[in-house]
Amino acid sequence: MEPILKIDHLKKIYHNRQGETLAVEDFSYEMEEGEFVSIVGPSGCGKSTILSILCGLEVKSDGKINIRDNVKLGYMLQQDGLFPWRTILDNCLLGLELQHQLTEENKEYVLHLLETYGLKDFINSYPSSLSGGMRQRVALIRTLATKPDILLLDEPFSALDYQTRLAVSDDVFRIIKGEKKSAIMVTHDLSEAISMSDKVIVLSKRPATIKNIYPIIMTNQSTPIENRKCKEFASYYDKIWKDLDFHV
Amino acid sequence: MFSLEHQNYLKKIRREKWFVLICQVAIIVIFLIVWQLLADFKLINTFIFSSPKDVLDTIINLHNTNNFYQHIWITVYETIVSFTMGTLLGCVIATILWWNKILYRICDPYLTILNSLPKVALGPIIIIWSGAGMKSIILMALFISVIITIINVYQGFMEVDATKIKLMQSLGATKRQIYLKLMVPSSIGNFISALKINVSMSLIGVIMGEFLVSKEGIGYLIMYGSQVFNLDLVITGIFILCIVATIMYYLVCYVEKKLIKYD
Repeated sequence: MEPILKIDHLKKIYHNRQGETLAVEDFSYEMEEGEFVSIVGPSGCGKSTILSILCGLEVKSDGKINIRDNVKLGYMLQQDGLFPWRTILDNCLLGLELQHQLTEENKEYVLHLLETYGLKDFINSYPSSLSGGMRQRVALIRTLATKPDILLLDEPFSALDYQTRLAVSDDVFRIIKGEKKSAIMVTHDLSEAISMSDKVIVLSKRPATIKNIYPIIMTNQSTPIENRKCKEFASYYDKIWKDLDFHV
Repeated sequence: MFSLEHQNYLKKIRREKWFVLICQVAIIVIFLIVWQLLADFKLINTFIFSSPKDVLDTIINLHNTNNFYQHIWITVYETIVSFTMGTLLGCVIATILWWNKILYRICDPYLTILNSLPKVALGPIIIIWSGAGMKSIILMALFISVIITIINVYQGFMEVDATKIKLMQSLGATKRQIYLKLMVPSSIGNFISALKINVSMSLIGVIMGEFLVSKEGIGYLIMYGSQVFNLDLVITGIFILCIVATIMYYLVCYVEKKLIKYD
C-alpha cells in the first residue's frame, strides 16, 4: 500500500543576522497508515522543526514531502494552549470554527470524544478549573476534532509531572489507537518513545540526520505502561541511549 | 455547617474587611475635622486655605446658580468624547500597526517622540489652529489619550502567547481569525488597563484645555477662582473633579467585570 506520508531528503536552514544554521539535513522517511512513530534526539537537534515543516508552520529549504491525497494533519504542542476565555467545549471546537466546518454532525463528534474520554462533566467549565492532565486531553481532542489522519505530537507530555505524564500518555495512546490515527511524536523521553511507538527514529546532533530507526517489537504488546514491563524494553533503551552518545 | 476553625477564619476575614473600610472613612473624616478646626481657631488663613464649611457653602451657592451643572456637564462631556475617540482611534491604529510589522518599525521612533512630548506644549498651537473652544479642548485630550492607548494596546498584542499563535496557524487560521479570535480576547486585560489610564489622561487633557481656553467647565472654575483669588472656588472645583474622576474610574471597573467572566 502507498505510504500515507513520504518525506524525501528534507532539509532546513535557519537564517539570522549572525549567519545560517543547518537544522535538518537529509531526513527521509516513509510512514505507513496507522503507524506510531517517535523521533528522539539530543535537545536542540531540530526534532520539532520537522513537525513544524510538516504542518506548514515553517518553510522547508529543500527536499520533498508527499502526503497521500485527502490526508489531513493535526498538530499538538507541548503547551495545551487552551484559551482561558473559552469553555472546554468551545476550545475543542476552535479548529472546526476556523475551518468553517462547525456543523451539528462535527459538534456531535466532539461531544462524543469528550464523553468517551471522561471530560463530559467539564464541557461548560473554563480551562482554569482543570488539572494539567485533563487540559492535555482537551488539547488532544481539539486536535482530533478536525478529524486529522496523522497527528503530529510535539513533546506533548513534557509540561506534565511524572505520574500524570504516565497516565496521560496511556490515555493519549488509547485515544489515538481507538480513533485509528497515525502519529508522529517528538520527545526527549526515551522510555516514552519506546513504550508508545511502533518505530523509533534516532536523530544525530544538529544538523539532524537519521542515525537509526528501530522497529519496536514487544512480546506482550499492550498499553504504554504495560510495555514498560516487557523484557525487550531495557535492551531498546540501552541501544537508543548509546546512539544518542550523550556526554555530560 | 463549617467547623469552628473555619468559622473563625471567616470571621477574621470579615473583621479585616471592616477594619480597612473604617480606616478609609476615618482618614477622610479626621482630615475634614482637623481642617475645619484649624480654620475655626484661625490657625490657618481661610482666605488661602479655605475650609470644609466654606467649600460646602460654595457648592450650595453654585447649586443655586443655574450654570453649575452646566460646568460639570461640559467637563464630563468633553472627557467622554475624547476618551471614546481616543480609545477607538488608539485601538484601530494599534491594530494596523500589529497587522503591518514594517509599518510599526517605521512609526516606532515617532510614537516614542510623541509619547514623551508633554502634550500641554501643543496647547497654544491647537488653540490657534482650531479656535478657543470645545474643539481645541477635545483635540488636546484626544491627543494625550490616543498615543498612550496605541502603546498599551500594541503592548497587549505583543504579550500574546506565541504558542497560541502557532496553534491558531496549525489549525489553518487566517490573520483576520487570529486577530479576532485570539489577539482581541487575550489582550482584554491590557485593553482595560488602557481604558483606566485613558480616563485619567482624557480628564487631564480636558482640564488642561479648559485652563487654556478658559470659557466653561470645571477647569475654568478652578482657573477663574485662582485669578480672582477665590480659593473656596478652587478647592470646590478640585473636590468636584475628584468625584467625577472616581465615578468614571469605577465605571471602567464595572465594564472590566462585565468583560472578564472567566478565571
